[in-house]
Amino acid sequence: MVPLSWYLTLSAALFNIGLFGVLARRNAVAILLGIELMLNAVNINLVAFWRYGDPTVITGQVFAIIVFAVAAAEVAVGLALIISVYRNRSTVIANDIDMLKW
Amino acid sequence: MDFMQIIFLLCAALILGAALMVVTTRNMIHAALWLIATLFGVAILYVLLNAGFLAVVQVVIYIGAIAILFIFAVMLTRREMRDQGPQLNNGWWMAVLISLLSFGGLFLLFTNWSGFGKMMVNIPAGTDTLRELGSALVSPNAFVIPFEVASVLLLAALIGAVYVSFRGK
Amino acid sequence: MNFWNDPINFVSVWLRSLFSGWGMADWLVNVLLAVMGIVVLIICAMILDIMLVWVERKVVARFQDRFGPNRVGPFGLIQPFADIIKLLIKEDITPIGADRIIFNLAPIFAMTAVLLLWAILPLGSVIYGVDLNVGVLYIIATGAIGTLSIIMAGWASNNKFALIGAFRTVAQMVSYEIPMLVAMLIPTILAGTMSVNGIVQAQNVWFVILSPIGVLIFIISAIAELGRSPFDLNEAESEIVAGFHIEYTGIKFGMFYASELLHTFTFGGFIATLFFGGWRGPFAETYPLLGVFYLFIKAMFFYWVIMWVKYSMPRIRIDHMLAFNWKFLTPLAFVLLIVTAVVDKVLAQTNYHATGLLLANIIVGWVTIEILRIHARSLRKKDEIPAQPSTQAAHH
Repeated sequence: MVPLSWYLTLSAALFNIGLFGVLARRNAVAILLGIELMLNAVNINLVAFWRYGDPTVITGQVFAIIVFAVAAAEVAVGLALIISVYRNRSTVIANDIDMLKW
Repeated sequence: MDFMQIIFLLCAALILGAALMVVTTRNMIHAALWLIATLFGVAILYVLLNAGFLAVVQVVIYIGAIAILFIFAVMLTRREMRDQGPQLNNGWWMAVLISLLSFGGLFLLFTNWSGFGKMMVNIPAGTDTLRELGSALVSPNAFVIPFEVASVLLLAALIGAVYVSFRGK
Repeated sequence: MNFWNDPINFVSVWLRSLFSGWGMADWLVNVLLAVMGIVVLIICAMILDIMLVWVERKVVARFQDRFGPNRVGPFGLIQPFADIIKLLIKEDITPIGADRIIFNLAPIFAMTAVLLLWAILPLGSVIYGVDLNVGVLYIIATGAIGTLSIIMAGWASNNKFALIGAFRTVAQMVSYEIPMLVAMLIPTILAGTMSVNGIVQAQNVWFVILSPIGVLIFIISAIAELGRSPFDLNEAESEIVAGFHIEYTGIKFGMFYASELLHTFTFGGFIATLFFGGWRGPFAETYPLLGVFYLFIKAMFFYWVIMWVKYSMPRIRIDHMLAFNWKFLTPLAFVLLIVTAVVDKVLAQTNYHATGLLLANIIVGWVTIEILRIHARSLRKKDEIPAQPSTQAAHH
């Protein structure tokens, strides 16, 4: 039998790997990949707590589905923004996008 | 070490290994493909947690739409076919430090929580989680308002994405 | 329980007693039986795939008023084996600059996406791989894996034409998933369950009678999902020279080709299962193998219909195809879903359930044709008006 601690440790580790990706990568698309990892870690946590808490109360799964919808919306808008910035500045390195207008 | 534990350990190895490859590989297409491996591992984990509907929705939404969006975005934002330049920041060692500290802090918080070693309870026979999920999402006593707000959010994201990237002919 | 009433259980019980008699541990017997079941299912699917190559070539030949292969074996039955041997002994080329691992993984993913579908296709009343309670959504999920394999193939080939072909194909497949999902929700509403087995069990009246427009939408979007003509931008030989699988030679190309044929047959099986009763037929409950036979006949009929459409129609341009999906199929599918849900709820327990739904479908179809006619007439009028001033100018 798998205790709850294993799931929580796994989701904490995945969250922190995503955090490292967001803080340390230069490419803007890679930063978004890190954010996706963090959202998945949160989802694992939610579903694990649903299962190990009271599986007859369906709130955990509903929360996870809302997180799915929010992640999809955020990725769509984020990638649209990155592509639009690339068209104007020809770069996706986050450090180089540092002037508003000149 | 029974069957479920072995499957969980293999799954966790896949998820964490693929996630590490996502954040450290130079080639962005490879990073997107490793993300797909991670998402697939998370879907397997949902099946282990008796959330079958969430597992299939994970494959359809994350792998079938979001990962493909990522691959398209990577292809549309490359000037040449080869990789260019270093792919970690100047302060990447600080990022490692912050991640390790954060993991340590979370782990400490968890071990001090009383329910940390909880075991799985059986789902009472006859509960149809799929049916309950469906009625919870549209029932006025349950979660119809967050559901509708999420729909409006997706509509706003759709219009926003089209507007931001519209070139205007 | 004898063999004819319950074949899978009979064979598995006999094998289990055999293995336990040899002294194997319990968990090993379970794992071994599961693996044997999977291998048998895959072998049946792949043998069917080989025969489909023969069917494809004979049928296309008859549509084009010629004979097709008839030299290799009686009626050309051994032709597919000759094809496969030819593909196996061809040179295996990986282009320079291609991503080796992704290049080699793409055909494997394409074949995997199709074989995963066979796990939930109910072949008989008790013959199926697994009874998922989210079967309908699982079909879309495996379609997502197929789409992924096409992007991998297009990118890893290091070839601009392959990339363009992959982009167009993926845009088409992702767009047509939506009307396909909505059309699959119609049997879900009518049967009350997302499990494919449950949908077959609930078809006392075939769902084609309850929702003919739903069948049409599903067939059209299935043809687009498969990448078959008239939606075959990805392999438009006259345009971009075979699209995303330009650089694939030998058995890797054979994998793409064979996976497309098997995917078509599997979708024929799903059209039959979701709308035409699947394995249902006379005596199919007591003799499940008869159910397999009925499903095979129905699936082969729809495979023939898809091939008929392929060899009779010209290719559709990419902008026409996307406009057709987003401006016509998706709104129609959503309107049909709402109408079906409302009529089904209102007429649920009465005697007029079937006739009410059929009438609702006919009304939706008639209204759609009226809207199209008015729209076409207004487009024609817009084209005619500039003609008049020029004739008046000529008179002066």
